[in-house]
Amino acid sequence: MKIHEYQAKELLEKAGIPVPRGKVAESPSQAADIASELGIRVVIKAQVHAGGRGKAGGIKLANTPREAEDLSADILQMTLKGLPVKKVLVEEAVSIQKEYYLGFVLDREQRTNTLMVSAMGGIDIEEVAANHPDKIAQIPVDPLLGLVDFQARQACFLAGIDSLSLNDTVKIIKKLFKVYQATDATLAEINPLVVTAEGRVMAADAKFNLDDNALYRHPELESWKEESEEDPIEAEAHRRGIQYVRLEGDIGIIGNGAGLVMATLDEVKRAGGNPANFLDIGGGAKAELVRNALEIVLMDPHVKGVLFNVFGGITRCDEVALGILKGMESLNIQCPIVVRLTGTREKEGRDLLKNTSLVSAEKMTDAAKLILELTHGNSAE
Amino acid sequence: MAILLNKETKILVQGLTGREGQFHTEKMMEYGSQVVAGVTPGKGGSTSLGLPVFNTVREAQKQTDATASTLFVPAAFAADAIMESADAGMELIVCITEGIPVQDMIKAVEYTRSRGIRLIGPNCPGLLTPDEAKMGITPGNIASRGPVGVISRSGTLTYEIVNNLTQMGIGQSTIVGIGGDPILGSSFIDILPLYEADPETKLVVMLGEIGGSDEELASAFIKTMTKPVIGFISGRSAPPGKRMGHAGAIISGGKGTAQAKVDALYQAGVPVADTVSEVALMVQKILKNQ
Repeated sequence: MKIHEYQAKELLEKAGIPVPRGKVAESPSQAADIASELGIRVVIKAQVHAGGRGKAGGIKLANTPREAEDLSADILQMTLKGLPVKKVLVEEAVSIQKEYYLGFVLDREQRTNTLMVSAMGGIDIEEVAANHPDKIAQIPVDPLLGLVDFQARQACFLAGIDSLSLNDTVKIIKKLFKVYQATDATLAEINPLVVTAEGRVMAADAKFNLDDNALYRHPELESWKEESEEDPIEAEAHRRGIQYVRLEGDIGIIGNGAGLVMATLDEVKRAGGNPANFLDIGGGAKAELVRNALEIVLMDPHVKGVLFNVFGGITRCDEVALGILKGMESLNIQCPIVVRLTGTREKEGRDLLKNTSLVSAEKMTDAAKLILELTHGNSAE
Repeated sequence: MAILLNKETKILVQGLTGREGQFHTEKMMEYGSQVVAGVTPGKGGSTSLGLPVFNTVREAQKQTDATASTLFVPAAFAADAIMESADAGMELIVCITEGIPVQDMIKAVEYTRSRGIRLIGPNCPGLLTPDEAKMGITPGNIASRGPVGVISRSGTLTYEIVNNLTQMGIGQSTIVGIGGDPILGSSFIDILPLYEADPETKLVVMLGEIGGSDEELASAFIKTMTKPVIGFISGRSAPPGKRMGHAGAIISGGKGTAQAKVDALYQAGVPVADTVSEVALMVQKILKNQ
């Protein structure tokens, strides 16, 4: 789960990491009030779950409350990377002397959390990693021991953090690790960590990703989940407990098991088509879930045809067939459906689908070609 | 020979008395696996599926001499159960559970690795050695015994390919599902050496997918192997930043693309199948020429 910058800063502040003074606003007048309360030059920052906000015009400096109001009005009308801006963070503009990067990230290769520190802050860390890999100090944290003080110091020395700000930076690293662990994060980034003209060290921007599988133990963070930021069909699928990812094509895909569904998308793409979605009914799916899956896929108006690809292990092919038939009865389906059932009770499943308008296929490759032929006919109507 | 698991392996089931545990343990036993006991805290002293149930793994191990454990434990308790099993001296732990918090998993993985214990999973279908035994949920009827090692990050995709192999008359030595999570007990590179050392295995099929760099790391090892490996990568059409079902199947920060994996495999001399059905055909061709 992604959270907003202002929420991330709330976590940092609670952990004792200095952040610029500021508040979040949902309207231009609120933004003006916050600016006059702060009484100095402010920065207005769009709060959306997307990177590259600055380049896209979502971050602006305002000298007066009046300017803050006008600029907020502009930003609150923006859509950044497809996401409408509903909130802005209004905070004191700090005078920056230096910019660093601090982060903890789940490191798949090392099978642990890795601390990353760089004196090249304020730019995308992936960019630094690609062009100046030697400018990032990376230190894996022992999973059982946690972060040890010397590691924080070592990372700072390796990264070339200024000796004047070293002590403050080490303290912030230790606090950041605590909050990273306490929130079950998979990413906690302060970029940039700034040294102000007055020599203060503070988090000017922050980004957190939280582990969805651990949200159950953080009810206070779960309320930060914003379904409005999700695609509406994805949100509906998740409410029904279905793994669905919306894509940009027009062939609806339903299958069981993530790997097999991904391979089915690839097969459709290879045949020259474009998948409209990823949908995994999981293991041992009952007819009702299959019907639900079909309904979800058909909610996307771009869908011109649906391909079912099921390998029956613990999933029974006849149960899947029953679900498809239920869907045919209850949903007003106009588009072609190709069904490929193999494995447990495949014969029973295929028999159920005989004498219907459904098209049966035996092999994955054939199924992909069939649905393309049929939908191509459709689009020519 | 096979690897990791055979009919002599004495197996415990943690979470035996739960719904999943009941269903799949019964199938494991039908297949011929030597399941000797179950562990459910608080249900010690009872029996289930004709097996004694113990409160702790330590007690179960003492009474049965089990060396391996399969876990059907709910996600919130699974990492703890893995560590309990490791502490009790299990040599092989197979965790089927999906949805374990990743910070719990890094601890459990480190705990098992530091003790030299092999952990398979989580979020995996488990292990199956045809005609001998299985730990986990891979359907037994699709497998047949033979020279092909199959290792995969995905469940149903593995079944599909194993089924194809069997239908073409090509058997498998051991089928290993390593799991779809970002943090795994064993990755490709941990298992490939076992196939290399196994006299029965003549060829390995490696089924990867987007996310992480396990396939790239494995490629470096494959260069040193004497046995041929055939690869397949699913998720070639997946967009960046979207999690495709598996927690670990995500392209992030430009890392984990299907193309990078395919390229790495090609560089290691590994033929990569373009489609699922091609995999078994490629296996057939290579085995014929051997």
